Amino acid sequence: MENYDIIIIGGGPAGLAAAVSAHDAGAENILILERDNRLGGILNQCIHNGFGLHTFKEELTGPEYAQRFIDQVKERKIPYKLNTMVMDISKDKVVTAMNRTDGLFQIKAKAVILTMGCRERPRGALNIPGFRPAGIYTAGTAQRLVNIEGYMPGRRVVILGSGDIGLIMARRMTLEGAKVLVVAELMPFSGGLKRNIVQCLDDFHIPLKLSHTVIDVEGKERLTGLTIAAVDENRRPIPGTEERYDCDTLLLSCGLIPENELSRGMGVELNRITNGPKVNESLETSIPGVFAAGNVLHVHDLVDYVSEEAGAAGRAAAAYVAADGNESGRREIPIHVAGGPRYTVPCTIDPKYAGNKETVRFRVGSVMKNHFVNVYLDGERVIHRKRPVMAPGEMEEVVLTRSMFDAHPDLSDISIKVEEA
Amino acid sequence: MKMDTKHLTCIGCPLGCQITVAMAGGKVTSVTGNTCPRGDAYARKEVTNPTRIVTSSVRVSGSRTGAVTVSCKTRTDVPKSKIFNCVHDLVGISVPAPVKIGDVVKVNVAGTGVDMIATKNVE
Repeated sequence: MENYDIIIIGGGPAGLAAAVSAHDAGAENILILERDNRLGGILNQCIHNGFGLHTFKEELTGPEYAQRFIDQVKERKIPYKLNTMVMDISKDKVVTAMNRTDGLFQIKAKAVILTMGCRERPRGALNIPGFRPAGIYTAGTAQRLVNIEGYMPGRRVVILGSGDIGLIMARRMTLEGAKVLVVAELMPFSGGLKRNIVQCLDDFHIPLKLSHTVIDVEGKERLTGLTIAAVDENRRPIPGTEERYDCDTLLLSCGLIPENELSRGMGVELNRITNGPKVNESLETSIPGVFAAGNVLHVHDLVDYVSEEAGAAGRAAAAYVAADGNESGRREIPIHVAGGPRYTVPCTIDPKYAGNKETVRFRVGSVMKNHFVNVYLDGERVIHRKRPVMAPGEMEEVVLTRSMFDAHPDLSDISIKVEEA
Repeated sequence: MKMDTKHLTCIGCPLGCQITVAMAGGKVTSVTGNTCPRGDAYARKEVTNPTRIVTSSVRVSGSRTGAVTVSCKTRTDVPKSKIFNCVHDLVGISVPAPVKIGDVVKVNVAGTGVDMIATKNVE
């Protein structure tokens, strides 16, 4: 069996950044496995601009952003296999994969980095009443059809869910000649970035109906129409608010779910809130030497943060390989949350392994105005930051520094609280 | 002089301030509703000279990897009012592979003086 130091599962933005930083941290013998026919992952179909403002200080399109990292991978001559599907990863890091040239093969790694990204929540998970005709797509499927395959999925479009891909597709379908009638969002707030609401909906006078959902789907072969209605605070349709739309297409943009079949298969412990692995400060999962980063870990809004996070995972994996897997004396100090955050990534920190700047990312569960993000180490407040507004659609972060940890040598509790003062 | 007020949502941060801009004779006389200077700057630009980068895709022929489209964008931002003109000007265009990021797909798209350039390498 062929042996590698680090095998990276997925060649999207996270996998590419992890490979580059692992290489730069001294790791050799790295391999990226990618199931598509080119590197770059979902960025290849995200042809709109707005990527890379943080990383490159310019606004790139998705494919351009991907190419920056693909170039870095190629400059470093990091090997990769395309059209390769990983079937299984065992606890002792034997990766079973297949492609048309190698057939079915097994390779072994000292460290594995999980960078499989996420999937869209499909219709089956949404319980939409009505018929099941053709013409119902997830927004990302429509995005691939339009931007990569060169097909138009339909002409009169309703979008359910106001996630960013749905908003982006509202604009894209409009520019390609379709009529986007309405975007209906079940929640009383949008899950998308403000910028996308303005530039994808407002610019084109596409109405966004908050607290609305689809209550009926018509059409035997092809979608012919559907009904949306307002919902009450318990998300139940309110009788009398029904509106019918003549349309041939329904796009679903109702959330993204980290893709963890492989992680689950190998026994990695998952976080019930993020649906991604539980990780420590090194982005290492419950299985030593198995790391995770990007949307497989928790869904991000900005690819810049995916790259940054994956870079950290790559460095941690390189350090793990360099130390020959020796992690003796490791501590797991849990991060507790209260008052707003639904989860944190990482879940635990060992200050000994933390970087000089340890970024902790989280999301709040509802829109919160004029609150403070407070971080306490053993009860002492070390971060006190005012946030005029926080929303579930925008990821928050706090940065713990080396000096904070040094001031608490016997640290046993880390708490992140959203408070009114 | 003609007085006018415009309402817009700031995109500077998640706060999404509802900004009201008062104008007289095409000049901004006041900006209200913003909570920070970024909102003021955004509102002034947005009501006097709104611009956008336009992104789209065009057909590609003879790709070794079987690609049928290549993505593209305006090299710089163009007036918001020209977005549809730019996209319409791409109808029927097909470029031969290979294409490199930055290759011009359409010179002076829709008469904006801005070129449409490829944003993907296609072999």
